[in-house]
Amino acid sequence: MAELGRICLLLALVVCVYGIGASLYGVRSGRMEYAESGRRAVYALAIVLTAAFVILELAFLRDDFAFNTVADTSSRTTPTFYRAAAVWSSQEGSLLLWAWLLSLWSSLALFLVRKRMRDVAAYAQAILLGFGGFFVALMIFYATPFATTSPTPAEGVGLDPLLRFPTMMIHPPMLYSGYTLCTIPLAFAMGALLARRVDADWIRATRRFAFAAWLFLGVGILLGARWSYSELGWGGYWGWDAVENASLMPWLTGTAFLHSLMIQEKRGMLKVWNVSLVLATGTLAIMGTFLVRSGVLNSIHAFGGATLGVPFVALIGVLIAGSIYLVVSRREMLRSEHRLDSLLSRESAFLANNIVLVALCFVIFWGTYFPLISEALTGNEASVGPPWFDRYTVPLALLLVLLSGIGPVIAWRRATLANARRNFVVPLLSALSVLVALLGAGVAHKPFAIAMFCCAAFVLGAVGQEFFRGARARRAIAGEPAPTALLALVQRNRRRYGGYVVHIGIAVLFVGVAASSSFQHAVEQRLTPGSSARVGAYTLRYKRATATVTPKNDAAHTGSTLSLGAVIDVSKHGRHVATLHPSEGFYDSGEPAQGTVGHLIGGQAVSHISMSGGLTRDVWTAIAPDISAPALARIVTVGNRTLPADEAVVALGFLARAYLKNPPPAQFHFIVSPLVMWIWIGGVIVFGGGLIAIWPAPSAIRRRVALRSRARSAHGLARA
Amino acid sequence: MNPARKRTVRLVVALSAAVVLASALIYTSFSAASPALSPSQLVRQAQPGRSYQLTGTVVHGSVRHVGNTLDFSVADRAGSTKIPVAYTGTVPDPFREGREVIVTVDKQGGRYVGERDSLITKCPSKYKTAPAGEKQNY
Repeated sequence: MAELGRICLLLALVVCVYGIGASLYGVRSGRMEYAESGRRAVYALAIVLTAAFVILELAFLRDDFAFNTVADTSSRTTPTFYRAAAVWSSQEGSLLLWAWLLSLWSSLALFLVRKRMRDVAAYAQAILLGFGGFFVALMIFYATPFATTSPTPAEGVGLDPLLRFPTMMIHPPMLYSGYTLCTIPLAFAMGALLARRVDADWIRATRRFAFAAWLFLGVGILLGARWSYSELGWGGYWGWDAVENASLMPWLTGTAFLHSLMIQEKRGMLKVWNVSLVLATGTLAIMGTFLVRSGVLNSIHAFGGATLGVPFVALIGVLIAGSIYLVVSRREMLRSEHRLDSLLSRESAFLANNIVLVALCFVIFWGTYFPLISEALTGNEASVGPPWFDRYTVPLALLLVLLSGIGPVIAWRRATLANARRNFVVPLLSALSVLVALLGAGVAHKPFAIAMFCCAAFVLGAVGQEFFRGARARRAIAGEPAPTALLALVQRNRRRYGGYVVHIGIAVLFVGVAASSSFQHAVEQRLTPGSSARVGAYTLRYKRATATVTPKNDAAHTGSTLSLGAVIDVSKHGRHVATLHPSEGFYDSGEPAQGTVGHLIGGQAVSHISMSGGLTRDVWTAIAPDISAPALARIVTVGNRTLPADEAVVALGFLARAYLKNPPPAQFHFIVSPLVMWIWIGGVIVFGGGLIAIWPAPSAIRRRVALRSRARSAHGLARA
Repeated sequence: MNPARKRTVRLVVALSAAVVLASALIYTSFSAASPALSPSQLVRQAQPGRSYQLTGTVVHGSVRHVGNTLDFSVADRAGSTKIPVAYTGTVPDPFREGREVIVTVDKQGGRYVGERDSLITKCPSKYKTAPAGEKQNY
């Protein structure tokens, strides 16, 4: 099987090289049948890589430990669900996932434009095949997923317990889809520059892909935040970790592009800017992949000691140099058709939004790569922490949310006083009323949070007003009832109103972020059963200890061997609120040197947090039981000495009983965070708005169907 | 002012503002950054009141809970310098004796105090490659 996988990779490389050659020859010589054949090479790449991916996935599901990557990241005791997801937990597997998704998305993009802009598409497919070839070459020469060992190991190491979380199944494919989709607009932009066809055609062709990239990347980031919140045991959702930042940067420039492209479509302005944004987004996506794969920065995601640094740096260097050359050499063609009429106009608001987004991206870029920059400049590796990031990103985020309210209501070209009165009264009033309410509630000591709530109220007022006016106009014209009018409004202009829904989602999300980061109560305390801790207005009492021996499956079905935890009674002002069961799972290390009993619990220990989530607040608990307490350690030592391997599990029973009978003090981490739930709700709203915007409009579908049927009848007539 | 001139002035103003802001950002990043040091470097360089990112491995047998404080020592990967750290805050799951950690510390008197919630355990994928000796022995 591994042999077959290796053949697939070699075949993929041949297909890439052929496709690049054919596409370039075809477009250069004008013999478009070669370019056509180059496009088919992309489809072929998708087929070959699908086969390779299926082979690897099957190896994981069949526990084929002859594959090195299966032996390193899976095991018989890893539950099937996580065995299937373990494919992309390794360096090699994630490279394959990247290349595979790239080939699928590229095929779709090129299929959709097969009848249009052939010269641009020919260059674009050569560039996409270049990326594909790069990743396939990495898998052949540096980190092959199909490396094998003989004799076949009897058992694998198992999937890292930290990764045994349901979203592991969708978070990486989502993010990678986002990353790979970012390269499609990049390829088309480069294609347009190379073919010297810089009208809005390439933007129209790839707009939907840019939007899809933005959506997938956004959802991937949020799923990652959710994983961090509910699995990592520190209770936060964002830590300015290098890998989080790496995924946020292309998302920010992508957001900027989605806004400024409207200005190019409507007014023929900002062409250089748009092309630069697309090129930057694609390059940042590749840099993000590099950051994760190379281990160059310290991060919880880094794959230690990886060797992919040099080829990635070369690729990024080529991308940056190529982008700069193309933009500079084609600058005459990219002249704006119009000038900015007034600083108070929608164009300016969009421009300001772009500047804020790019500034945010720059801040994050600088902070993320600072260890490398400082080492290069001063010889000392140094890094900046979350407070540094917060100092710049918080004001910029405030501005951004405010602009997302101004953008939809300010007039194109030139805003007048009349326009301002007509559109800004409602949003301003809603922001003001929130301000008054908050000051009345006595939360004046958190200025940034208050500012964010007011900005969010402004956005909700502005967007709500747009929906209301649109629906009212439809009611007046068509006499429809309100819900039908609203639905019809959205259906008639999905992109616009989908975008507005996204703005609502972003405002809601930031309300959650501001509230949970400013008004959070966190307590770390060692408790014995019966004692309690106060967290904000809540009292959390450690009622009793729990212990479960789970040789195959624990409560969360992640395959831990022993799980120690607590029953926590949560009450507020004497009234019972919830009963929580945080625990910590201990995993088999597979390391005989730790003794027959010791290795059963000697691997990773993972917190299983327990939380009472609600619309107003989350009560979040985690426990770190002290397993090295003398009474427990003695059981392990005696067990190691006396028990043979096949009976060692018995000792875990003793361990659990001893823990229940006389639990040593355990370290607890309690957090009461208001409105966290709204971060996820905001995310879902953004996702919904994105789907509305990206969905083909019914009129477009009808047009396509009508065209097709007309073509068919014309064909029939011709034959008759 | 003619429109072309106006545009140039605007551009110059905008660019200068961007340069000033970027310089402020760059300046603060250098002054706010904490250098990453190994225990032996820290012993030589540490000044009271500044924070440093200490990287090294957790010494076997040095982890102790005292109230809400976690005491442990960090040693050079190869070398004998050990630094005792008193830390409060979140302890990541993969934290173990023998694991490689990064923790932001301040020198306070003769002690090193870990900044709250700054403890990071280096890459969990070490999980599969750590030699037997690095694992916790029960």
